[in-house]
Amino acid sequence: MIIDVAFQPVCPLDRLEPDRGVAALVNGVQIALFRTSDGELFAVGNRDPISHAYVMSRGIVGSRADVPTVASPLHKQVYDLRTGTCLDVADVSLPVYPVRVSEDSVVEVAVE
Amino acid sequence: MKRLVIIGNGMVGQRLIEAVRARDDGGEWSVTVLAEEGRPAYDRVKLSAFFDGSSAEDLNLHTPDAGVDLRLGEPAASVDLADRVVTTAAGAYRYDALVFATGSYPFVPPVDGKDLPGVFVYRTLDDLEAIREYARGRHIGAVIGGGLLGLEAANAMRLLGLSTHVIEFAPRLMPVQIDEAGGAMLRRYVEDLGVTVHTGTGTTALNAGPDGAVATLSLSNGAVVKADMVIVAAGIRPRDDVARAAGLAVGPRGGILVDGTGRTSAEDVYAVGECAAVDGVCYGLVAPGYAQAEVVADRLMGGAATFPGADLSTKLKLLGVDVASFGDAHGTAEGCLDVTFTDPATRVYAKLVLSDDAKTLLGGVLVGDATGYPALRAGVGLALSAPPLTLLAPAGAEADAGAGLAALPGSAQVCSCNAVTKDTIVDAIHAQGCADVPALKACTRAGTSCGSCVPMLKQLLTLEGVTQSKALCEHFDHSRQELFDIVRVRNIRSFSALIAEAGRGKGCDICKPVVASILASLHTGYVLEGEQASLQDTNDHFLANIQRNGTYSVVPRIPGGEITPEKLIVIGEVARDFHLYTKITGGQRIDLFGARVEQLPLIWKRLVDAGFESGHAYGKSLRTVKSCVGSTWCRYGVQDSVGLAVALELRYRGLRSPHKLKSAVSGCARECAEARSKDFGIIATDNGWNLYVGGNGGFRPRHADLFATDLSTEELVRTIDRFLIFYIRSADRLQRTAAWIESLDGGLDHLRDVIVHDSLGLCAELDAAMAGHITNYADEWAATLDDPDRLSRFVSFVNAPDAPDPSISFTVERGQPVPVSSSAEGRQPVLLGMPAVTEGSPA
Repeated sequence: MIIDVAFQPVCPLDRLEPDRGVAALVNGVQIALFRTSDGELFAVGNRDPISHAYVMSRGIVGSRADVPTVASPLHKQVYDLRTGTCLDVADVSLPVYPVRVSEDSVVEVAVE
Repeated sequence: MKRLVIIGNGMVGQRLIEAVRARDDGGEWSVTVLAEEGRPAYDRVKLSAFFDGSSAEDLNLHTPDAGVDLRLGEPAASVDLADRVVTTAAGAYRYDALVFATGSYPFVPPVDGKDLPGVFVYRTLDDLEAIREYARGRHIGAVIGGGLLGLEAANAMRLLGLSTHVIEFAPRLMPVQIDEAGGAMLRRYVEDLGVTVHTGTGTTALNAGPDGAVATLSLSNGAVVKADMVIVAAGIRPRDDVARAAGLAVGPRGGILVDGTGRTSAEDVYAVGECAAVDGVCYGLVAPGYAQAEVVADRLMGGAATFPGADLSTKLKLLGVDVASFGDAHGTAEGCLDVTFTDPATRVYAKLVLSDDAKTLLGGVLVGDATGYPALRAGVGLALSAPPLTLLAPAGAEADAGAGLAALPGSAQVCSCNAVTKDTIVDAIHAQGCADVPALKACTRAGTSCGSCVPMLKQLLTLEGVTQSKALCEHFDHSRQELFDIVRVRNIRSFSALIAEAGRGKGCDICKPVVASILASLHTGYVLEGEQASLQDTNDHFLANIQRNGTYSVVPRIPGGEITPEKLIVIGEVARDFHLYTKITGGQRIDLFGARVEQLPLIWKRLVDAGFESGHAYGKSLRTVKSCVGSTWCRYGVQDSVGLAVALELRYRGLRSPHKLKSAVSGCARECAEARSKDFGIIATDNGWNLYVGGNGGFRPRHADLFATDLSTEELVRTIDRFLIFYIRSADRLQRTAAWIESLDGGLDHLRDVIVHDSLGLCAELDAAMAGHITNYADEWAATLDDPDRLSRFVSFVNAPDAPDPSISFTVERGQPVPVSSSAEGRQPVLLGMPAVTEGSPA
């Protein structure tokens, strides 16, 4: 992971509903932030690489085998939340961003 | 291009058109059809359905085809074989190939009084219309002829409310198809329906009453039967008059003489169907006619097909009684043995005819229960697959059908209507990947005519190792219907509880919305409450429809398409103030496009304040109930279609279902609301409402089927209530009502049994479920606006709630905003050679 990019606060952790995403604007970049039902956090690009619309935060969160996933709300292609790799279409992926929770329960994302 | 002229547009003539058009890839033939009747081909086999609520349109078989010149009401008058010309009253047609498909005409015995008013034949829709007209206000009818057609005609009279007599010259009913004992069993059924049967007696005269119309029949046994009207159904004769006059050879008992290729005595002239005498024999059934049509189509394309010979097996439902006869039903083979089974209690009669060594099945007769027919018919000529009594017992025949099917040779016909062999079906399964019955039907035509072989198609799929998985997705091994029952019976309230109990993993975009819909159906309440919010597709999550650029469209409910000017103005003002693209939908409402998520609550605040509520355009739920203007304004309307549409839309609004649901109400038979293209469509009659179910537009358009006729409003609403809840409970994910009905074992009849006759004892439960929905309905948008927590979802960015998404921009097209494409391969403006007008440019 890139270490010389600063984490920036986005929102309180309890603002994230389990298994649902939100969009965030960090340094002018649109991020899709997810909190899964088992408490893990993921940050990926909000732009759907196939439709080019900024909608990934509105996809349905789930799993494929053991992989945590999000499906594009437009045409349902499924992406690995950990790596951003599209599981349905070759050579398509979302950017992924480091994400963490601060001591005072604020979600922070690092975007170059 | 070569010219094909077909004389006649009956069932077989129509089949010939389809077969030629399907094979003529090179566009080699132009097709001209000269038809005597004023309407295109219809299903004559199902003619009596005309008296059971079906319209002429329901029986139609012809689909318009630009490559076919169909000339209705223009019968061929003569044919000149030397010059190759057919002449009609309207013109002359040159041909390179000519096919007679002229069918047959009813035989009327030469008895006194046969031409009296009130005496009819039973052949065409025109005959049926005349019968229906004449039957008004009359009480007693008689049918001369107790064969297949005579019993159909008797059923028609019964449905018209006449007390009915059947007079048959032979000692039993249906003498051609069934034996003495089968005829006796059939007679008991028929007499129980109130039909009086006279067998072993002829009709010697029809006698007029004082008004000059038929009033009595004199029988050869001395009896006199009173009858206000008479239908003669004493057999048919081939229509070979034009062919005879042209000089074509005819058979010893009439019919245009053809060989095994369908060719007549003249070059390039063919005959098919009931008018043809194949090597001297005429066949009065549709299946041999279809086979002949296929042979002639093949020959026209240069093929070498020959008529394989006719299978005269038949299975019918006559007056509600199953009757089947197959193979050597009368046991004419030398030394053959009969095995019979008679059960007076259940009124089942069955007979198998076996070879003299009792090892080979030769034929048989079934009355009262014909479940075993498909497998037994396919087994004719083969070694018995089980002891005869096992095969005869109705349940046994069905249970053993799978084993019997496995033993069949590949050349055995599974579908006799369309001459499809077991080999063809197995090949379609393996080589063409057909994995279900609809695919097999599309690929091979098997099961598309009478449908009696459909159970065998299912068994063949199983035998060939095609397992049709019911699993919804990797998280659940269950079908939607099973999950519905699990949630209902175990009273499960959340997705996490359900997946813990019945599934695995975390769910996905397939199972989560399905479970959300099930929970919404069973536990009415706000669809975004708690964990349920995470299950919804983005449309249900934001209560709007996502569009290609990530904005949403908004559709307020306009019940029945009826709207006041004040409300219309509010929609206009909202669209103007939020710069929304505005379009009228196909469902008689207004769609406002281009709203960003953070604008949705602001838009809906204005709409709700003006009295609008959610139109559920985003949900798998009831969309709209369209209507024509109905009797309030229309000079043709017979009922208040708008009033009913509004009431139905308000009753079923918000009802979540496996797929979207659409409806419409037409105020008269002109059907301006296009109700027959809907999941449930209603058409007004003089006496109430006709209900149609299972229609849809879309990828595979389909007309709805008539379900019930002349219902009162109360009966109609109760029937729709049950139809909808039963659909919601038992359909598959994203299965529209049409596919659902098709998937039910027993189809439409089964559906009618369940929701009209309560055969499963479910109706009280279905009624209660709908009552619960109606009581608990609340507008989702009003509920959202009332709650700050719910509103907090509607932000563009969690850390910049008021900043609009910078990626969204619009351009102007025809005076309205439309999305700017963000990709190179995106949409291009439509150029029509008109000056482009942009907002603010001088007029």
